[in-house]
Amino acid sequence: MKDLVNRPLGRRAVLAGGAAAVSMLAMPSILRAQDKSLKVGVYGGYFKDSFDKNIFPDFTKASGIAVESIAEPTGEAWLVQLDQAAKAGAAPADVSMMSQVSMLKGQSTDLWAPLDVTKIPNASNLIDRFVNKYPDGRIAGIGAVSWYITLVTNTDVFKEAPTSWEALWDPANADKLGLLALVSNSFLLEVTAKTYLGGTNALDTEEGIQKAFDKLAEVKPNVRLWYRDEAQFEQSLKSGEIPMGQYYHDVTGLAAADGNPVRSTFPKEGGIQDSGCWALSRASTKVEEAHVFIDYMSQPSIQATLSRKVGTSPTVKRELTDLTDAEFAAVSSDIDPIIPRYDLYQTKSDWLNQKWTELIVG
Amino acid sequence: MRREAPQKIGDYAPLFFPATMLIVFFVVPFATMIAVSFFQRQQGGFYVPAFVLSNYERFLSLFFANVLGFSLMLAVVVAICCVVLALPFTYLLTRMKRKVQIVWLVALLSVLSLSEVIIGFAWSTLFSRTAGITNLLVMAGIMSEAKALLPSFGAVLTGMVYQAFPYTVLVLYPALVRLDPTLTEAARTLGASPVKAFFTVVVPALRNTIVATLIMVFIFALGSYLLPQLLGRPQHWTLSVLITDQAIYQSNMPFAAAMAVFLVLVTLGLVALTVMAGRKGEAA
Repeated sequence: MKDLVNRPLGRRAVLAGGAAAVSMLAMPSILRAQDKSLKVGVYGGYFKDSFDKNIFPDFTKASGIAVESIAEPTGEAWLVQLDQAAKAGAAPADVSMMSQVSMLKGQSTDLWAPLDVTKIPNASNLIDRFVNKYPDGRIAGIGAVSWYITLVTNTDVFKEAPTSWEALWDPANADKLGLLALVSNSFLLEVTAKTYLGGTNALDTEEGIQKAFDKLAEVKPNVRLWYRDEAQFEQSLKSGEIPMGQYYHDVTGLAAADGNPVRSTFPKEGGIQDSGCWALSRASTKVEEAHVFIDYMSQPSIQATLSRKVGTSPTVKRELTDLTDAEFAAVSSDIDPIIPRYDLYQTKSDWLNQKWTELIVG
Repeated sequence: MRREAPQKIGDYAPLFFPATMLIVFFVVPFATMIAVSFFQRQQGGFYVPAFVLSNYERFLSLFFANVLGFSLMLAVVVAICCVVLALPFTYLLTRMKRKVQIVWLVALLSVLSLSEVIIGFAWSTLFSRTAGITNLLVMAGIMSEAKALLPSFGAVLTGMVYQAFPYTVLVLYPALVRLDPTLTEAARTLGASPVKAFFTVVVPALRNTIVATLIMVFIFALGSYLLPQLLGRPQHWTLSVLITDQAIYQSNMPFAAAMAVFLVLVTLGLVALTVMAGRKGEAA
């Protein structure tokens, strides 16, 4: 399988390789850094490109550790690959950026090497919830990036910004909403629980989840589009065809900056904050380098750079960063966020998926 | 030239390549899928080899029966629409000058080069309130206000018929070109109008071709999973959409495989029924 992926070495790749070799000779510091190296898995596409451009070269300069970035497929395919490789004693990447559900699934097979916080002094900068722990307290992962899904509206259609997620339930908004189509990426159960049931703890029991589903069923007549494809909703939001919905805060901000009549609002119940962790495969031999890398990434200045260049929300406390109010507002908010109940998507995923599909399709 | 039965193993040689291709790219993947459909799903993980029936059990519910029923109904309607539109179209096409025919066929072939994504987005723009065709009707004074024509069943149907139409024409074309023109001429000489001649002579003469085309378009439409998402509401999602959800988003390969196997079996069953009914009709 690996051979199959690596074999087709296109002309472009050869040229890029040549260019890299030339630049390496031109920069002896990086050549020396070859002694120490680290393979880092990052979501392929936009994330990987941004990290390759804005983050990794500076890290290599600062630490002398060369980074080989690896494009991770989205979904759980990467977790499965890491897990199977670890069983064979191999690590396709040393450190990987993992979704919270994947972190939990990896914990169940002890896939993540416990991290030593004494070697990550900058971990103290992190907001507590971004330290991912095994049930016994060992540290499985450290928050890499986070992002918000908020309530977005078309400003031509909605002159006043909505203030609460309750707007989704408003009968006046019939057939006007675009919402994410999957239970595990829309996090609408959590939104329902926080808005109407007093918090996401209401989802602890199946009765509580049932209540949230019942309440959520009332939203259905308002929904015009359940989207899997982001481009589909973004286009409709900009044109006013579908004037309200849930979408990524930073992307909406960029669209508004381009002159589109859209806005992103943090409702009073909070935006939905999703995040990814850095985690180290137990099969990796680069334990020292991995700690240096994770420590470097947890610096407030690097988190601020990520906010400015990649559009992610900092995983460190706001007051430690030098982000201006405008820069911070472009990626985040001080309103207490809605944190998804990732544990549910591990322990009850099939049940939730079935209930959800029946809710929106039935 | 007389066709001789193959004598030696070497005479079968031309078959080796297609047979290998068929085994490698169809039999092996399909067998793998059947095997996986009996594997044990591990919630919060992946799957382990086993022999369990739970994946099929989960599928046997009213909910999935409805989705399956809708998918089959949609594919049947698409097939019928395509053939009803394409048969007279192709018939008229074969009566045209060679140059005109080539232009039409090239245009139809170029539609085939469009991906499902492009077709879906193009129709969703055409059916939108802000930029869609209803704006033209408003300009022409036929409608008072532009409105969105999607998401709706009609939009899904239009998109899928548009996508399958070129295939339908291309399948019907050879049979219609070969159709003996003296048949219609005889009908005309005996006093039938062109329309009557088409329905009483051309259509019955092409019976088998029409049935084969219906089956082909039906199977083609059954696999569609993008257009129902782009142009329809969740109740218009086909079983293929739910299979994709399970396979890609839930990592539940065993259940996805079980649904796919079920879909293939039902399809094969329906095709067999159609063929059998056709034979019976012929015998009568």
